[in-house]
Amino acid sequence: MARITAGIATSHVPAIGAAIDMGKTADEYWQPVFAGYEWVKEWVKDNTPDVVILCYNDHASAMMLDIVPTFAIGFAEEFAPADEGWGARPVPTVMGHPDLAGHIAEQLVIDEFDMTIMNHMDVDHGLTVPLSLVFGQVEEWPCKVIPLAVNVTQFPTPSANRCWQLGEAIRDAIKSYPEDLDVQVWGTGGMSHQLQGPRAGLINPDFDQNFLEKLANDPDDLRSITRLEFLRESGSEGIELIMWLIMRAALGYGVEELHRFYHVPASNTAVGHVVYQTREAMKAKEKAAAAA
Amino acid sequence: MRTRLYPLEDLDDIPGTKVFNAKRSRQAYHLHKFCMSLMQAGNREKFKADERAYLEGFGMTEEQIEAVLARDFNKLIELGGNIYFLVKLSNTDGWSTQRAVGSMTGMTADEYAAMMRAGGRPAKGNRSIREGN
Repeated sequence: MARITAGIATSHVPAIGAAIDMGKTADEYWQPVFAGYEWVKEWVKDNTPDVVILCYNDHASAMMLDIVPTFAIGFAEEFAPADEGWGARPVPTVMGHPDLAGHIAEQLVIDEFDMTIMNHMDVDHGLTVPLSLVFGQVEEWPCKVIPLAVNVTQFPTPSANRCWQLGEAIRDAIKSYPEDLDVQVWGTGGMSHQLQGPRAGLINPDFDQNFLEKLANDPDDLRSITRLEFLRESGSEGIELIMWLIMRAALGYGVEELHRFYHVPASNTAVGHVVYQTREAMKAKEKAAAAA
Repeated sequence: MRTRLYPLEDLDDIPGTKVFNAKRSRQAYHLHKFCMSLMQAGNREKFKADERAYLEGFGMTEEQIEAVLARDFNKLIELGGNIYFLVKLSNTDGWSTQRAVGSMTGMTADEYAAMMRAGGRPAKGNRSIREGN
């Protein structure tokens, strides 16, 4: 049976990808950002999943406004890095898991989430920057990745609570997949930032820190944050945090927070990053240790 | 009746912010088609070779065309634009996202970068037009 072992959340800033690709990670500006990811890069070596369900938002790369899916799931065998106007990032092609994606889509639709099926899509920095931050610069990504795209661009966007419910449904879907797989759920994007207009550059550390604290220990409170509150308090693009709630809900209650990081700024945004382990994975590790 | 958590008009009460809704999306559909076209290197070259001629192939309004030519991102957002699309234009110009975003704030690029290094624009005073807080 498939199981969710861990959850990771991280911001996904295009400039972070550029800093990695251009060898600037040790620069004075970038060093404090990348220092926050040293821990996860070590940890993941012993905790590489078979598949990552990666909740992210497309930044007008795969999806024009012809069709605006609230939740879309990638069905393809492969997803190529997108050209966002300066050529595609020099990172490996992302390999999908169509069978698990199909299973999840079927279960989610049975659970009354109207998923959009994507049989072809390029993936932009929203998906590839988190992979680079966790796995580093590699010849090929060490696991399969199922992209799950959330509309945070055009209103109406889904609510925080809807994202939470989706995460719970993803949890049930993965648990009912017959193959023996270690699955991680990642939520990417977010922490306060505003990329538009005269209010651009808004950063609200109190809001961000409160979100990080509650996400670990008291996530129910975060389900009632309205879209209006996200926009007012964390900037117009701060609403990307709803994708962290999908990850958190997929893990269930009672997780162990392994790592937390927060830094301002990276380009236009605050950067946040957390790593959680599920209770199920904790128990499995304890059992293995006792047997050894 | 269903309970709404807040009146939708409140989305217009955030200082310096245009919420990208379906109406704006429709208004800027052709502008965004142009932005998306810049994801191909050949199109970027065609655009650079003759910007106006290239822009006139997309069904945009004259106001939108002029705002693109002027790289006036505030104006483009006022005309329905969304920054996730518009950065394709600034990327084509070789601008960093920070420069593109900073260009909308009334600050120089250096002033904006310094504000971000100092912790960014505070939420206090920037939450509500109506409440002035």
